[in-house]
Amino acid sequence: MEQPARVPLTSIYRVFFEIGVFSFGGGLVPWIYREVVEMKKWMSKEDFLPGIALSQVMPGVSSTNCAIYVGQMLRGAPGALTALIAMLTAPFICALGAAWAYKWLLGLTGFQETMIGVAAAAIGMLLRTGIEAARMTTKGVGPAIIIAITFVAVGVLRLPIVPVVAIIGPISVALAWRNAPESTPEPPAKPEADA
Amino acid sequence: MNIEILIRIFLIVAPLSLVSFGGASSIYAPLQHQTVDIEHWVTAREFLDLFAISRVMPGPGSLFATLIGWQAAGLAGAIMASIAIYLPSSALVFAVGHVWSRYRGRRWHTALQNGLAPLGSGLLFAGVVTLARLASDGPLPIAIILAVAGLMMWKPRLHPVYFLIGGAAVCFLAHVAGL
Repeated sequence: MEQPARVPLTSIYRVFFEIGVFSFGGGLVPWIYREVVEMKKWMSKEDFLPGIALSQVMPGVSSTNCAIYVGQMLRGAPGALTALIAMLTAPFICALGAAWAYKWLLGLTGFQETMIGVAAAAIGMLLRTGIEAARMTTKGVGPAIIIAITFVAVGVLRLPIVPVVAIIGPISVALAWRNAPESTPEPPAKPEADA
Repeated sequence: MNIEILIRIFLIVAPLSLVSFGGASSIYAPLQHQTVDIEHWVTAREFLDLFAISRVMPGPGSLFATLIGWQAAGLAGAIMASIAIYLPSSALVFAVGHVWSRYRGRRWHTALQNGLAPLGSGLLFAGVVTLARLASDGPLPIAIILAVAGLMMWKPRLHPVYFLIGGAAVCFLAHVAGL
Protein backbone atom coordinates (compact mmCIF):
# COMPACT_ATOMS: atom_id res chain seq x y z
CA MET A 1 0.00 0.00 0.00
CA GLU A 2 2.37 2.73 -1.20
CA GLN A 3 1.02 6.23 -1.11
CA PRO A 4 0.98 8.03 -4.45
CA ALA A 5 2.53 11.18 -2.91
CA ARG A 6 4.05 11.44 0.53
CA VAL A 7 2.16 13.93 2.64
CA PRO A 8 4.68 16.06 4.54
CA LEU A 9 4.62 15.66 8.33
CA THR A 10 4.38 19.44 8.66
CA SER A 11 1.12 19.40 6.69
CA ILE A 12 -0.23 16.62 8.90
CA TYR A 13 0.74 18.65 11.93
CA ARG A 14 -0.94 21.80 10.62
CA VAL A 15 -4.26 20.12 9.81
CA PHE A 16 -4.57 18.28 13.11
CA PHE A 17 -3.34 21.23 15.13
CA GLU A 18 -6.18 23.31 13.70
CA ILE A 19 -8.75 20.64 14.46
CA GLY A 20 -7.35 20.44 18.01
CA VAL A 21 -7.70 24.18 18.50
CA PHE A 22 -11.40 24.07 17.81
CA SER A 23 -12.04 20.79 19.59
CA PHE A 24 -14.83 21.97 21.81
CA GLY A 25 -17.61 19.54 22.57
CA GLY A 26 -16.72 16.72 20.19
CA GLY A 27 -18.01 15.89 16.72
CA LEU A 28 -14.44 15.94 15.46
CA VAL A 29 -14.34 12.73 13.45
CA PRO A 30 -16.62 14.16 10.72
CA TRP A 31 -14.38 17.21 10.67
CA ILE A 32 -11.26 15.08 10.21
CA TYR A 33 -13.08 13.30 7.37
CA ARG A 34 -13.90 16.60 5.69
CA GLU A 35 -10.32 17.87 5.92
CA VAL A 36 -8.48 14.68 5.04
CA VAL A 37 -10.79 13.16 2.42
CA GLU A 38 -12.73 16.03 0.89
CA MET A 39 -10.49 19.08 1.20
CA LYS A 40 -6.91 17.76 1.10
CA LYS A 41 -7.74 14.48 -0.71
CA TRP A 42 -5.00 12.65 1.19
CA MET A 43 -7.10 9.51 1.50
CA SER A 44 -9.99 7.88 -0.33
CA LYS A 45 -13.35 7.57 1.39
CA GLU A 46 -12.94 3.78 1.32
CA ASP A 47 -9.63 3.97 3.17
CA PHE A 48 -10.98 6.41 5.75
CA LEU A 49 -14.23 4.65 6.70
CA PRO A 50 -12.73 1.68 8.59
CA GLY A 51 -10.91 4.25 10.73
CA ILE A 52 -14.21 5.59 12.07
CA ALA A 53 -15.25 2.21 13.43
CA LEU A 54 -11.73 1.53 14.69
CA SER A 55 -11.50 4.80 16.58
CA GLN A 56 -14.84 4.18 18.26
CA VAL A 57 -14.17 0.57 19.18
CA MET A 58 -10.71 1.10 20.64
CA PRO A 59 -10.25 2.61 24.09
CA GLY A 60 -9.28 6.25 24.16
CA VAL A 61 -10.78 9.38 22.66
CA SER A 62 -12.35 8.68 19.27
CA SER A 63 -11.08 11.89 17.68
CA THR A 64 -7.44 11.31 18.66
CA ASN A 65 -7.75 7.64 17.75
CA CYS A 66 -8.98 8.72 14.33
CA ALA A 67 -6.05 11.13 14.01
CA ILE A 68 -3.64 8.27 14.80
CA TYR A 69 -5.30 6.07 12.17
CA VAL A 70 -5.06 8.76 9.50
CA GLY A 71 -1.46 9.62 10.43
CA GLN A 72 -0.52 5.96 10.28
CA MET A 73 -2.14 5.40 6.90
CA LEU A 74 -0.39 8.46 5.48
CA ARG A 75 3.10 8.19 6.96
CA GLY A 76 3.34 5.20 9.29
CA ALA A 77 4.60 5.65 12.84
CA PRO A 78 5.96 9.19 12.40
CA GLY A 79 2.66 10.25 10.84
CA ALA A 80 0.62 8.74 13.68
CA LEU A 81 2.77 10.41 16.33
CA THR A 82 2.66 13.74 14.52
CA ALA A 83 -1.13 13.64 14.19
CA LEU A 84 -1.60 12.72 17.86
CA ILE A 85 0.73 15.42 19.18
CA ALA A 86 -0.73 18.01 16.79
CA MET A 87 -4.25 17.20 17.92
CA LEU A 88 -3.31 17.60 21.59
CA THR A 89 -1.02 20.63 21.43
CA ALA A 90 -3.64 23.32 21.92
CA PRO A 91 -5.88 21.40 24.38
CA PHE A 92 -2.82 20.47 26.47
CA ILE A 93 -1.72 24.09 26.75
CA CYS A 94 -5.31 24.98 27.70
CA ALA A 95 -5.27 22.29 30.37
CA LEU A 96 -2.01 23.63 31.81
CA GLY A 97 -3.51 27.11 31.88
CA ALA A 98 -6.64 25.82 33.60
CA ALA A 99 -4.62 23.82 36.15
CA TRP A 100 -2.53 26.89 36.90
CA ALA A 101 -5.57 29.14 37.17
CA TYR A 102 -7.41 26.71 39.44
CA LYS A 103 -5.47 27.61 42.59
CA TRP A 104 -6.12 31.27 41.90
CA LEU A 105 -9.81 30.73 41.15
CA LEU A 106 -10.28 28.93 44.47
CA GLY A 107 -9.71 32.29 46.19
CA LEU A 108 -12.78 33.82 44.53
CA THR A 109 -15.87 33.92 46.71
CA GLY A 110 -18.57 31.62 45.48
CA PHE A 111 -16.24 29.81 43.03
CA GLN A 112 -16.68 26.34 44.49
CA GLU A 113 -20.42 26.86 44.96
CA THR A 114 -20.69 27.85 41.30
CA MET A 115 -18.45 25.04 40.07
CA ILE A 116 -20.68 22.46 41.69
CA GLY A 117 -23.43 23.71 39.37
CA VAL A 118 -21.15 23.30 36.34
CA ALA A 119 -20.14 19.84 37.54
CA ALA A 120 -23.77 18.84 38.10
CA ALA A 121 -24.72 20.02 34.60
CA ALA A 122 -21.76 18.11 33.14
CA ILE A 123 -22.79 14.98 35.05
CA GLY A 124 -26.31 15.40 33.66
CA MET A 125 -24.87 15.59 30.14
CA LEU A 126 -22.85 12.45 30.80
CA LEU A 127 -25.97 10.68 32.06
CA ARG A 128 -27.86 11.64 28.93
CA THR A 129 -25.00 10.36 26.74
CA GLY A 130 -25.12 7.07 28.61
CA ILE A 131 -28.87 6.71 28.26
CA GLU A 132 -28.75 7.47 24.52
CA ALA A 133 -25.87 5.04 23.98
CA ALA A 134 -27.59 2.34 25.99
CA ARG A 135 -30.82 2.82 24.04
CA MET A 136 -28.97 2.51 20.74
CA THR A 137 -26.96 -0.57 21.66
CA THR A 138 -29.39 -2.62 23.67
CA LYS A 139 -31.40 -4.61 21.20
CA GLY A 140 -32.24 -7.53 23.39
CA VAL A 141 -31.60 -8.71 26.92
CA GLY A 142 -27.92 -9.64 26.59
CA PRO A 143 -26.47 -6.12 26.26
CA ALA A 144 -28.77 -4.83 29.02
CA ILE A 145 -27.43 -7.47 31.39
CA ILE A 146 -23.84 -6.61 30.40
CA ILE A 147 -24.53 -2.92 31.17
CA ALA A 148 -26.04 -3.80 34.55
CA ILE A 149 -23.26 -6.19 35.59
CA THR A 150 -20.53 -3.75 34.54
CA PHE A 151 -22.23 -0.90 36.36
CA VAL A 152 -22.66 -2.86 39.60
CA ALA A 153 -19.12 -4.30 39.49
CA VAL A 154 -17.35 -0.98 38.95
CA GLY A 155 -19.81 1.61 40.28
CA VAL A 156 -21.29 -0.14 43.30
CA LEU A 157 -18.91 -2.91 44.35
CA ARG A 158 -15.92 -0.82 43.23
CA LEU A 159 -14.10 -3.82 41.83
CA PRO A 160 -10.90 -3.01 39.91
CA ILE A 161 -11.84 -2.02 36.39
CA VAL A 162 -9.15 -3.85 34.41
CA PRO A 163 -10.05 -7.38 35.55
CA VAL A 164 -13.76 -6.55 35.21
CA VAL A 165 -13.27 -5.50 31.59
CA ALA A 166 -10.95 -8.44 30.94
CA ILE A 167 -13.67 -10.86 32.05
CA ILE A 168 -16.89 -9.19 30.86
CA GLY A 169 -15.40 -7.84 27.60
CA PRO A 170 -14.73 -11.19 25.90
CA ILE A 171 -18.10 -12.56 27.07
CA SER A 172 -19.91 -9.55 25.65
CA VAL A 173 -18.00 -9.70 22.36
CA ALA A 174 -18.71 -13.43 22.07
CA LEU A 175 -22.43 -12.77 22.58
CA ALA A 176 -22.30 -10.07 19.92
CA TRP A 177 -20.42 -12.40 17.59
CA ARG A 178 -23.27 -14.90 17.67
CA ASN A 179 -25.71 -12.19 16.63
CA ALA A 180 -23.44 -10.50 14.09
CA PRO A 181 -24.21 -11.09 10.41
CA GLU A 182 -21.80 -13.10 8.27
CA SER A 183 -18.83 -11.17 6.89
CA THR A 184 -19.54 -8.81 4.05
CA PRO A 185 -16.72 -7.59 1.82
CA GLU A 186 -17.58 -3.89 2.31
CA PRO A 187 -19.47 -2.09 5.07
CA PRO A 188 -22.91 -0.97 3.88
CA ALA A 189 -23.06 2.65 2.83
CA LYS A 190 -25.88 3.30 5.29
CA PRO A 191 -25.23 1.81 8.74
CA GLU A 192 -28.90 2.09 9.66
CA ALA A 193 -29.93 -0.15 6.76
CA ASP A 194 -30.92 -3.03 9.03
CA ALA A 195 -32.55 -0.89 11.73
CA MET B 1 11.15 16.44 41.64
CA ASN B 2 9.84 13.34 43.28
CA ILE B 3 10.36 10.57 40.73
CA GLU B 4 8.38 8.11 42.81
CA ILE B 5 5.12 10.01 42.48
CA LEU B 6 5.60 10.31 38.70
CA ILE B 7 5.97 6.56 38.50
CA ARG B 8 2.83 6.14 40.64
CA ILE B 9 0.93 8.44 38.30
CA PHE B 10 1.95 6.35 35.31
CA LEU B 11 1.20 3.04 37.00
CA ILE B 12 -2.28 4.18 38.01
CA VAL B 13 -3.35 6.04 34.87
CA ALA B 14 -1.82 3.86 32.12
CA PRO B 15 -3.98 0.76 32.79
CA LEU B 16 -7.08 2.97 32.83
CA SER B 17 -6.12 4.22 29.36
CA LEU B 18 -6.66 0.70 28.01
CA VAL B 19 -10.21 0.51 29.33
CA SER B 20 -11.21 4.11 28.53
CA PHE B 21 -13.92 3.16 26.04
CA GLY B 22 -15.45 6.35 24.69
CA GLY B 23 -12.70 8.41 26.32
CA ALA B 24 -12.63 9.55 29.92
CA SER B 25 -16.34 8.90 30.48
CA SER B 26 -15.79 5.24 31.32
CA ILE B 27 -12.99 5.71 33.88
CA TYR B 28 -14.32 8.32 36.32
CA ALA B 29 -15.17 5.71 38.95
CA PRO B 30 -11.71 4.08 39.17
CA LEU B 31 -9.96 7.44 38.76
CA GLN B 32 -11.86 8.83 41.71
CA HIS B 33 -11.16 5.75 43.81
CA GLN B 34 -7.43 5.75 43.06
CA THR B 35 -6.67 9.47 43.20
CA VAL B 36 -9.01 10.55 46.02
CA ASP B 37 -9.53 7.52 48.29
CA ILE B 38 -6.18 5.76 47.94
CA GLU B 39 -3.46 8.18 46.85
CA HIS B 40 -4.98 11.39 48.28
CA TRP B 41 -3.59 13.43 45.40
CA VAL B 42 -6.79 15.49 45.32
CA THR B 43 -9.71 15.97 47.70
CA ALA B 44 -13.21 14.94 46.68
CA ARG B 45 -14.01 18.63 46.18
CA GLU B 46 -10.96 19.21 43.96
CA PHE B 47 -11.80 16.10 41.94
CA LEU B 48 -15.26 17.49 41.22
CA ASP B 49 -13.92 20.99 40.43
CA LEU B 50 -11.33 19.60 38.03
CA PHE B 51 -13.96 17.38 36.40
CA ALA B 52 -16.09 20.49 35.81
CA ILE B 53 -13.10 22.40 34.44
CA SER B 54 -12.17 19.53 32.11
CA ARG B 55 -15.69 19.59 30.70
CA VAL B 56 -15.67 23.35 30.10
CA MET B 57 -12.19 23.36 28.55
CA PRO B 58 -11.68 22.84 24.84
CA GLY B 59 -10.21 19.46 24.02
CA PRO B 60 -11.00 15.89 24.93
CA GLY B 61 -12.31 15.13 28.42
CA SER B 62 -9.33 12.82 28.90
CA LEU B 63 -7.25 15.87 29.72
CA PHE B 64 -8.93 15.60 33.10
CA ALA B 65 -6.01 13.26 33.84
CA THR B 66 -3.65 16.13 33.04
CA LEU B 67 -5.36 18.31 35.65
CA ILE B 68 -5.14 15.58 38.28
CA GLY B 69 -1.47 15.05 37.40
CA TRP B 70 -0.83 18.74 37.91
CA GLN B 71 -2.44 18.67 41.35
CA ALA B 72 -0.39 15.61 42.28
CA ALA B 73 3.03 16.71 41.05
CA GLY B 74 2.97 20.02 39.18
CA LEU B 75 4.06 20.36 35.55
CA ALA B 76 5.96 17.06 35.49
CA GLY B 77 2.87 15.37 36.92
CA ALA B 78 0.66 16.92 34.23
CA ILE B 79 2.99 15.73 31.48
CA MET B 80 3.28 12.25 32.97
CA ALA B 81 -0.49 11.90 33.40
CA SER B 82 -1.06 13.00 29.78
CA ILE B 83 1.43 10.45 28.48
CA ALA B 84 -0.12 7.76 30.67
CA ILE B 85 -3.68 8.45 29.50
CA TYR B 86 -2.76 8.63 25.79
CA LEU B 87 0.16 6.31 25.19
CA PRO B 88 -1.40 2.86 25.85
CA SER B 89 -4.68 3.40 23.98
CA SER B 90 -2.87 5.16 21.11
CA ALA B 91 -0.34 2.34 20.83
CA LEU B 92 -3.23 -0.11 20.65
CA VAL B 93 -4.91 1.82 17.83
CA PHE B 94 -1.60 1.96 16.01
CA ALA B 95 -0.98 -1.75 16.47
CA VAL B 96 -4.42 -2.71 15.20
CA GLY B 97 -4.81 -0.02 12.49
CA HIS B 98 -3.37 -1.82 9.47
CA VAL B 99 -4.97 -5.19 10.18
CA TRP B 100 -8.28 -3.47 10.83
CA SER B 101 -8.31 -1.58 7.55
CA ARG B 102 -7.13 -4.59 5.53
CA TYR B 103 -10.01 -6.77 6.72
CA ARG B 104 -12.71 -4.15 6.58
CA GLY B 105 -16.38 -4.86 7.09
CA ARG B 106 -15.78 -8.24 8.69
CA ARG B 107 -18.02 -9.97 11.17
CA TRP B 108 -15.55 -9.39 14.00
CA HIS B 109 -15.69 -5.62 13.44
CA THR B 110 -19.40 -5.74 14.18
CA ALA B 111 -18.93 -8.14 17.09
CA LEU B 112 -16.28 -5.93 18.71
CA GLN B 113 -18.37 -2.82 18.20
CA ASN B 114 -21.61 -4.33 19.52
CA GLY B 115 -19.85 -6.22 22.28
CA LEU B 116 -17.85 -3.37 23.71
CA ALA B 117 -20.62 -0.76 23.50
CA PRO B 118 -22.67 -2.07 26.47
CA LEU B 119 -19.45 -2.37 28.48
CA GLY B 120 -18.74 1.31 27.82
CA SER B 121 -22.29 2.25 28.84
CA GLY B 122 -22.02 0.32 32.11
CA LEU B 123 -18.73 2.00 32.93
CA LEU B 124 -20.19 5.39 32.07
CA PHE B 125 -23.10 4.88 34.47
CA ALA B 126 -20.61 3.84 37.16
CA GLY B 127 -18.84 7.16 36.58
CA VAL B 128 -22.09 9.11 36.73
CA VAL B 129 -22.97 7.59 40.09
CA THR B 130 -19.47 8.19 41.46
CA LEU B 131 -19.49 11.83 40.39
CA ALA B 132 -23.07 12.37 41.57
CA ARG B 133 -22.10 11.07 44.99
CA LEU B 134 -19.31 13.65 45.17
CA ALA B 135 -21.63 16.44 44.04
CA SER B 136 -24.58 15.68 46.27
CA ASP B 137 -24.02 17.80 49.35
CA GLY B 138 -27.67 18.80 49.04
CA PRO B 139 -30.70 18.19 46.83
CA LEU B 140 -29.83 20.99 44.39
CA PRO B 141 -26.97 19.29 42.44
CA ILE B 142 -29.03 16.10 42.07
CA ALA B 143 -31.93 18.15 40.75
CA ILE B 144 -29.61 19.82 38.23
CA ILE B 145 -28.16 16.49 37.08
CA LEU B 146 -31.63 15.05 36.43
CA ALA B 147 -32.98 18.26 34.92
CA VAL B 148 -30.07 18.59 32.48
CA ALA B 149 -30.26 14.93 31.44
CA GLY B 150 -34.02 15.24 30.92
CA LEU B 151 -33.86 18.57 29.09
CA MET B 152 -31.14 17.32 26.73
CA MET B 153 -33.20 14.30 25.80
CA TRP B 154 -36.23 16.50 25.28
CA LYS B 155 -34.38 19.23 23.32
CA PRO B 156 -31.32 17.53 21.80
CA ARG B 157 -30.49 20.48 19.56
CA LEU B 158 -29.79 22.94 22.38
CA HIS B 159 -26.07 23.68 22.73
CA PRO B 160 -24.53 22.05 25.84
CA VAL B 161 -22.92 25.32 26.92
CA TYR B 162 -26.36 26.67 27.94
CA PHE B 163 -26.71 23.83 30.42
CA LEU B 164 -23.27 24.46 31.89
CA ILE B 165 -24.01 28.17 32.29
CA GLY B 166 -27.49 27.40 33.63
CA GLY B 167 -26.13 25.00 36.24
CA ALA B 168 -23.50 27.52 37.31
CA ALA B 169 -26.08 30.33 37.53
CA VAL B 170 -28.53 28.29 39.61
CA CYS B 171 -25.87 27.28 42.11
CA PHE B 172 -24.36 30.75 42.29
CA LEU B 173 -27.76 32.35 42.94
CA ALA B 174 -28.57 29.70 45.54
CA HIS B 175 -25.27 30.50 47.23
CA VAL B 176 -25.92 34.26 47.17
CA ALA B 177 -29.44 33.73 48.49
CA GLY B 178 -27.93 31.67 51.29
CA LEU B 179 -29.81 28.49 50.45
